[in-house]
Amino acid sequence: MLEDKDRIFTNIYGMHDRSLAGAQARGHWDGTKDILAKGRDWIINEMKASGLRGRGGAGFPTGLKWSFMPKESDGRPAYLVVNADESEPGTCKDREIMRHDPHTLVEGCLIASFAMGAHAAYIYIRGEYIREKESLQRAVDEAYDAGLIGRNACGSGWDFDLYVHHGAGAYICGEETALLESLEGKKGMPRMKPPFPAGAGLYGCPTTVNNVESIAVAPTILRRGASWFSSFGRPNNSGTKLFAISGHVNRPCVVEEAMSIPFVELIDKHCGGIRGGWDNLKAVIPGGSSVPNIKADLMKDAIMDFDWLREQKSGLGTAAVIVMDQSTDMIKAIWRLAKFYKHESCGQCTPCREGTGWMMRVMERLVKGEAEVEEIDMLLDVTKQVEGHTICALGDAAAWPIQGLIRNFRDEIEDRIKAQRSGRLTTALAAE
Amino acid sequence: MLRRLHHEQPASFAFTPANLAWAQAQIQKYPEGRQASAVIPLLFRAQEQEGWLPKPAIEEIARMLGMAYIRVLEVATFYFMFQLSPVGSVAHIQICGTTPCMLRGSEELLELCQRRINAEPHHPSADGKLSWEEVECLGACANAPMAQIGKDYYEDLSAETLSRIIDELSAGRVPQPGSQIGRYASEPAGGVTSLAQWVEGRNAHNASVDLALTIGDTVKRIDGTEVPLRAPWLRTPQQDEVPAIPVEDVQAVTPPDGETGEVPTPDDQQHTARPAGVRQPLADGSTVAPEPKGDSLGMKGDHGQAGPTATGAEISEARLVPEQMPPTLTAPEGAADDLTRIQGLGADLAAKLNDLGIWHYGQIASWGPGEVAWVNSRLGDDRGAVDRHNWIEQARSLANEGGRAWQSAKTPAP
Repeated sequence: MLEDKDRIFTNIYGMHDRSLAGAQARGHWDGTKDILAKGRDWIINEMKASGLRGRGGAGFPTGLKWSFMPKESDGRPAYLVVNADESEPGTCKDREIMRHDPHTLVEGCLIASFAMGAHAAYIYIRGEYIREKESLQRAVDEAYDAGLIGRNACGSGWDFDLYVHHGAGAYICGEETALLESLEGKKGMPRMKPPFPAGAGLYGCPTTVNNVESIAVAPTILRRGASWFSSFGRPNNSGTKLFAISGHVNRPCVVEEAMSIPFVELIDKHCGGIRGGWDNLKAVIPGGSSVPNIKADLMKDAIMDFDWLREQKSGLGTAAVIVMDQSTDMIKAIWRLAKFYKHESCGQCTPCREGTGWMMRVMERLVKGEAEVEEIDMLLDVTKQVEGHTICALGDAAAWPIQGLIRNFRDEIEDRIKAQRSGRLTTALAAE
Repeated sequence: MLRRLHHEQPASFAFTPANLAWAQAQIQKYPEGRQASAVIPLLFRAQEQEGWLPKPAIEEIARMLGMAYIRVLEVATFYFMFQLSPVGSVAHIQICGTTPCMLRGSEELLELCQRRINAEPHHPSADGKLSWEEVECLGACANAPMAQIGKDYYEDLSAETLSRIIDELSAGRVPQPGSQIGRYASEPAGGVTSLAQWVEGRNAHNASVDLALTIGDTVKRIDGTEVPLRAPWLRTPQQDEVPAIPVEDVQAVTPPDGETGEVPTPDDQQHTARPAGVRQPLADGSTVAPEPKGDSLGMKGDHGQAGPTATGAEISEARLVPEQMPPTLTAPEGAADDLTRIQGLGADLAAKLNDLGIWHYGQIASWGPGEVAWVNSRLGDDRGAVDRHNWIEQARSLANEGGRAWQSAKTPAP
């Protein structure tokens, strides 16, 4: 188990002093000027060496992403945009960073912006997180007052402005180019790539979009060294990670743990076990609503990292672990996700706009068993027609949970259809 | 989901003086000419002031930001947090109904709202005080089931506790937000399993509850006087930023009806979402956009006519250049690289690439625009994946990591 001394988010529950003084007492904002003095290349190389993979779901190496930014400005300003539009069902980790340990993020914004040559950064926080926005803004105000950001930030000679911006309830704005559209004051509809944000992002300028957690861990990594961070977890999956466990465990929680922690250890140590015991486990969605579910027998051997979960045709995503016990109606649980994606499709691409509604309506009938067995394959076929045929990944995200359901629980769907049909037959016979 | 403006609208809207000052400060967060960026924060403050978002507010904000009315209306109807019709006079209760909350009992909460407030969402209760709706994941899943009421999250709910909260609100009192079962924040119920050293002598409340109790504005109509206006970014004017245009000046350039007369500014043209070509800002601030070649989607290159590309336009021109066959191999040299380590390159695509004679990171790293066009046109439904996921940069980095070095031998085009 990860020890407290190796936790990056030392105030994730907000019990200690949440102000700048408290953050400094816990070691944040320590030697920030010296880190900046080591230069852009050193910071980026150290981030690459740490093996940090983006914490927003896709797991793209953070240092590599930073290195895509132009080394020399062509006259256009560069921007860092922090994706705090945490909306993936099951995910509630960035919320805890922003309201309880916000200085990790503010300091990370300064360092990351410096490393990519940006004098300004925007944090795009989801509209519903109103108190989180207020907490974060307080931290930003404190940092300005103390001269840590603003003109000549930390005495480094680097001018840096940090702005908190908010959305208004659209899941799609978690997609990086939709977020940029939204930040420019438009509907959150994803852009075609290329051009990539690193070439033409916010206001047509070079931009990097990073998740809150990816940015917030950076200062500690740079202070304690890449090798410290990469000493946790298996190779290619290094570091510590905030896990958010919800659903049918005895004590749901958000907790920071080492990557590659066995699933059983994560649940037993922090969540008091599965509701009704381990034999009562049915399935787990290990990385937020967009990744396919994994059945109980496989989950008991699970290693919680990017590579192991991908080998099981699922993914770590945002490490939002949704646990479901034997009482769960799996078909209904996935139907509710289908409803979510239908609600959140931005409507730009036809396969997604029409497909998500189509999938939800078929799922609705499968929940009741009012369908034909052949329709299961038809549904699977539709998910394949949506997947990969849209500008952004929302179409894929809508298709995968349903594919996972059919892969793992086809028998349950068929049984329900048969039961409904025999019920129908009995009624029909009785009526005669 | 169809979202329309309410059939009955007030005659006018004006920000309170404190809200107006707040709004002006927000506009200055964005660079000159980019004040449209402030549209969501301003619309939301208007809603906080009025309880819902009436049409005159949308019009007023369009005027303040120098935007066409239709652009602001688009935003107001696109984002679900904007309430386009009146809600309960005391509070609007938003129950999270997505799977993590559903697994822990949100359906009971929804039934309760139907029974106690109104059978239909978005319709006020008989006494007009409350309304409700089911919303999608609010991002507090470790404290499920939960609801947002006004500015605050009420967590770890049950039908009983929500019923009590409804009673309190109806009686004009505001119950304490946060966990309703005595948890502090998102730690495991019953006691922490990490960071135990801060448990003793901790703050009385978590950050969210603390703000709610200090400011006391959970379900209040916000007039801007609740907290002092702070805008520290105003202290450091940047070279590339100037203070926002005063409202009066913006009004002068906005068509008086604000309804239909959208006049695209040069700025709009410069920064549309999907430009025909990458723009290259010139010294005088104007831009040139290279004529797109090929069809409007840029899916197929116009092989015959692609001329020299404009400087800085490499990215979007990549698909418009003639195809150029990359160096290929009949078999891997030594062990083949694991191409699936490249993001956006799955097993199917790796097999396709192998069929084309591509086995190593170094091969991919050596591609130029012509080679990318050649590969893209052979990927079937996945065409475009090379640029979409930036394979080349990724392959370069993987190749440097230890994949085999590749001599970039230019083969003549077939």
